Amino acid sequence: MRKKARFPGIYLGIILALMYVPILLVIIYSFNESRINSVWSGFSLRWYRDLFRDKDMLEALINSLVLATVSSLSAAVIGTLAAVGMPRVKLRGKSVVEYISTLPIMIPEIILGMVFLVYFSLIRLPFGMITLTVAHTSFCIPYIYMLVKARLVGIDKSYAEAAKDLGANEWNVFWDITLPLILPAIASGVLLSFAMSLDDVVISVFVTGVNTNTLPIRIYTQLKTGVTPKVNALSTLMFAATLLIIMLSTWFGRKTTLSVKRRNT
Amino acid sequence: MKPEALAKTGEPRPGEPTSREEGARKPTKRRDAMVLSVLPLYVFTFLFVIGPLVYMLVLSFLRRAEVWGVTLEFTFENYANILKPVYLKTFLESLKLACLTTLLVALFGYPFGYFMARQNAAWKRRIMVLLMIPFWTSSLVRLYGWIIIFRANGVLDGLLMALNITNAPLKVLYTYAAVVVGMVYALVPFMIFAVYSSAEKLDWQLVEAARDLGATPFQAFWTVSFKLTLPGLLSGIVLTFIPSMGLFFIADILGGNKVVLVGNLIQEQLMKARNWPFAAALSVVLLTLTSIMIALYRKISGVKDLEGLV
Repeated sequence: MRKKARFPGIYLGIILALMYVPILLVIIYSFNESRINSVWSGFSLRWYRDLFRDKDMLEALINSLVLATVSSLSAAVIGTLAAVGMPRVKLRGKSVVEYISTLPIMIPEIILGMVFLVYFSLIRLPFGMITLTVAHTSFCIPYIYMLVKARLVGIDKSYAEAAKDLGANEWNVFWDITLPLILPAIASGVLLSFAMSLDDVVISVFVTGVNTNTLPIRIYTQLKTGVTPKVNALSTLMFAATLLIIMLSTWFGRKTTLSVKRRNT
Repeated sequence: MKPEALAKTGEPRPGEPTSREEGARKPTKRRDAMVLSVLPLYVFTFLFVIGPLVYMLVLSFLRRAEVWGVTLEFTFENYANILKPVYLKTFLESLKLACLTTLLVALFGYPFGYFMARQNAAWKRRIMVLLMIPFWTSSLVRLYGWIIIFRANGVLDGLLMALNITNAPLKVLYTYAAVVVGMVYALVPFMIFAVYSSAEKLDWQLVEAARDLGATPFQAFWTVSFKLTLPGLLSGIVLTFIPSMGLFFIADILGGNKVVLVGNLIQEQLMKARNWPFAAALSVVLLTLTSIMIALYRKISGVKDLEGLV
C-alpha cells in the first residue's frame, strides 16, 4: 500500500463546506433581529412570528402541500400500475410510449412550462390548481415509474409463480406479493416527487393562475422585488422539512436494501 | 379466474420460461385486464406529453395574430426571426454561458466525484448524505443565500473589507460573475453524481497495476482512471449543459436584467410580448440543440468502451 494522500479529504471537505455556506447564512439571519441580512443585531424570533401571521404565505404553503400530495400520489398510482403492467402487455409502440412518458424530466424545464402554458390555453383548462396538478404529475410519473421498474427487476419471479400454483389470480399476486415488495420503491418515489413538486419554480410560474400562488412562486417574486427576513424564516423551515424528507427516504432506502438482502440469504 | 389459474398449473409445459411470456398467450380476457393497468399512463402521455409537444411544433409554424392569439397561416417567419442579430446574440450568449458553466462544473465536480469514490464505504455514505441535503434543499433558498453573500455591503463585501483586501464594496450581485457562480453551484451536484457512479465501478487494481509497472501517479490517472471515468464525465457534461441553457430564474435573480439567456427570452416572449409562435420556435430550436447533445453523447460513449484502453 502506498501512503494515503491528504489532499482528497481536504478537497472534499472544502467543497462540501462551500455548499453549505449559502444555506447556513440564510438560516443564521432568520434569527436576526435586524431587517438587514448583513448586520447582526441580536437573536430574535420575530420573523417567525411574522411569518405565521402572513395569510398569503400560509395560503401558498397550503397550496404547495396540497399540490405536492395530489401530484405525487396520482403519479404513484399511474406510474406503479404502468411499471407493473408494461412487461406483461403486448402493444405496438410500447417502448416509444414508455420513452415519451419520461420526457418531462429529460427536456429543459422551461420548455415543459412553455408547452404546458400554450397547450392548456388551447384545451381551455382553467389555470390554477388544476393546471398545476397536471403539470406536476407529468414530471412525478417518470420518477415513480423508473424506481418501481428497477425494483421489479430485482424481485424473484418464483414468489409469484408459487402463489399462482397455490391458486392465486393476477390480482391476488399483485396485492399480496408484488405490492408489498415494491412498496419501499413506491415510497421513495413518492418522497422524491413530493420534494420535486414542492421545489418547482419554473414550470409553476408558467402554468399557475392569476390568483394561485405556491410557496416557490411567492418566494421567487419576493426575491425579485425585495425580501424581508420573513423569507429567511420560511427558508429555514423548508430546510428542516427537507432534512426530514431525506431522513425518511434513507430509511425507506435502507428497508429496500434490507429486503433485498433478506431475499438473497 | 381461479379455476383458470389452477388449470394452468395442472399442465406444466416443460421448457416454457415464466408466466410473463405465457400471459401473452392467455385468453384475451386477462390481457385486457393487463391493458387496463397501463391505460392511465397511455392516456396521460398522449393527452399531456405528446399533445403539448405536437402543439408546440405546430404553433412554431403559425403566424401571430395582430391583436391576440394566432392565425392559422403557415409560415417560417418565427424561425427566420431567430436569425435576427438581437436574438441570435442571445442564443450565442446562452451557449457561451452554458459552456463556461459546464467547464467550471467539470473542473470542480470531477475531482469531487473521483475522490469520493476512493473513500471507504462508511465515508462514502456520509458524504452522499451530506451532498443530498443541499441538493434537495429548495433552489430558491440556496439562491437567496447567494443574494445575501453577493449584495452590496453583504457578507462577501464585509469579509473582503474586514480583511483589507478591498476598501469599497464590490457589488457582485447583478453581474455576470454572480450568475456564473449561481449556475455552477446549482449544477455541480449532477456532475458529482455522474462521475461518482462511474468512478465507483472502477477497478482500482488497474490503477495499482499501472503504478507497479512504473507509471507516475499522473500517468496512471490519465491512462487508466480518466479513460474509465470518461462516460461519467460525459454524462455529467450533458446533465449540466442542458439545464444551464434554460435556468432562467438564476439569471433573472442573480443577474438582474444584465444577463439574458434563451430561457429568459422564451419567458419574455411568452408572458410579456405574448408572441407565442415565436416562443414556440425558440423552444423547438432549444429542444433540437439539447437532443443533438444527447445524441452526440450516446454516440461518443457508445464508441468508447473498454476496448479503447487495451
